[in-house]
Amino acid sequence: MEIGFTLNGRHVEVSCKPSTLLSDLIREQLSLTGTHVGCDTSQCGACVVHLNGDSVKSCTVLAVAADDGEVRTVEGLCAVDGTLHPMQQAFHENHGLQCGFCTPGMLMSAIDLVKHIPDPTEAEIREWLEGNICRCTGYQNIVKSIIAGAAAMRTAS
Amino acid sequence: MQSFSYHKPGTVTDAASLLAARDNAALLAGGMTLLPTMKQRLAAPDDIIDLAAIRELSGITMEGEDLVIGAMTRHADVAGSDLVKEVLPALAGLASRIGDQQVRHRGTIGGSISNNDPAADYPAAILALNATIVTSQRAIAADDFFVGLFETALRPGEIVTAIRFPRAKRAAYAKFPNPASRYAIAGVFVAQTGGAVRVAVTGAAPFVFRATDVEAALSANYAVEALERLSIDTQDLMSDIHADREYRGHLVMVMARRAVAESLKRSG
Repeated sequence: MEIGFTLNGRHVEVSCKPSTLLSDLIREQLSLTGTHVGCDTSQCGACVVHLNGDSVKSCTVLAVAADDGEVRTVEGLCAVDGTLHPMQQAFHENHGLQCGFCTPGMLMSAIDLVKHIPDPTEAEIREWLEGNICRCTGYQNIVKSIIAGAAAMRTAS
Repeated sequence: MQSFSYHKPGTVTDAASLLAARDNAALLAGGMTLLPTMKQRLAAPDDIIDLAAIRELSGITMEGEDLVIGAMTRHADVAGSDLVKEVLPALAGLASRIGDQQVRHRGTIGGSISNNDPAADYPAAILALNATIVTSQRAIAADDFFVGLFETALRPGEIVTAIRFPRAKRAAYAKFPNPASRYAIAGVFVAQTGGAVRVAVTGAAPFVFRATDVEAALSANYAVEALERLSIDTQDLMSDIHADREYRGHLVMVMARRAVAESLKRSG
């Protein structure tokens, strides 16, 4: 099948099978390996991307669902000159990661959270991250990072 | 997953024709159950009929006194709807606690009830609120819809198009989620409509059921105290590594009391 969509602000046209998952399309065909596949069973959230503005688990979405739509991956967060997104900067400054495997999904979920709740409480952050698992169990600093990242996003907007 | 032919009809009529013409086709709504089961080879349809392009299947409206939710309306949209929050806040609350946020951005009410997972949340609301399931062929009463483990009254080729909820005087949902999967180990939806009280239990048995003893107690006295010395028959409840049937039965009564207490704080 031929599908076309906007990927990180750029229009792409690709050919894929109907059974191709969005995560596989992004990683294998479009070579954007920042989106991680952890569990491949929609539990862990390492594969979270934004599809038409909403955070979704790309391992459990068919690639054809992106046709005519918009996809944003972790590669699309920083500015053209490499300046980190405020949420990425906050993860950096607050040591919001240990091994880093879950981080792309954490970032994509966190940015979607701030879109819905600009000034989230710790409880709201933890609830929103129910679908993002960190097996280093470094949640304390992830939550701290998101509080700081949300504040930075409010200042920036 | 096994390869399949992909179809994306624009109307319910076209989707129903496609479904009727094929032996081994599956409808794709949000895909939150279908895609994982296909990845595990538990399902291997030859044809996937994607309902995503059918606009008439999405949306939340009032029709007379009923709240009508299109089958393809996502959990996040029900949870965030001002109309649902006003008319049936218990339903918005239930939707806001299904799975996780990313699942709520894809999963749909029609998909959830058509799948009839024993631990799904929506079936409890549909049954307790005495909702009507509208399909491409007919209207089905909630009491007739859920018939077994992953089984519904839907006929081959029949497509759920909307759910019609009557208003409730009081309603609330309480669930004890599995801490890992977020699926209900026991979930209880309590609804008072006029004089009648309906109580539906999910997660505890092979499929959603009405707790008639609890209903009778609450019909006589709609109060938490009415349930204090009550227990439910656990013979038909599920036992698994997460909870045995006695523990599930205990949780059902705890959730029932919590739901009644919550419902008394507000209407609908």
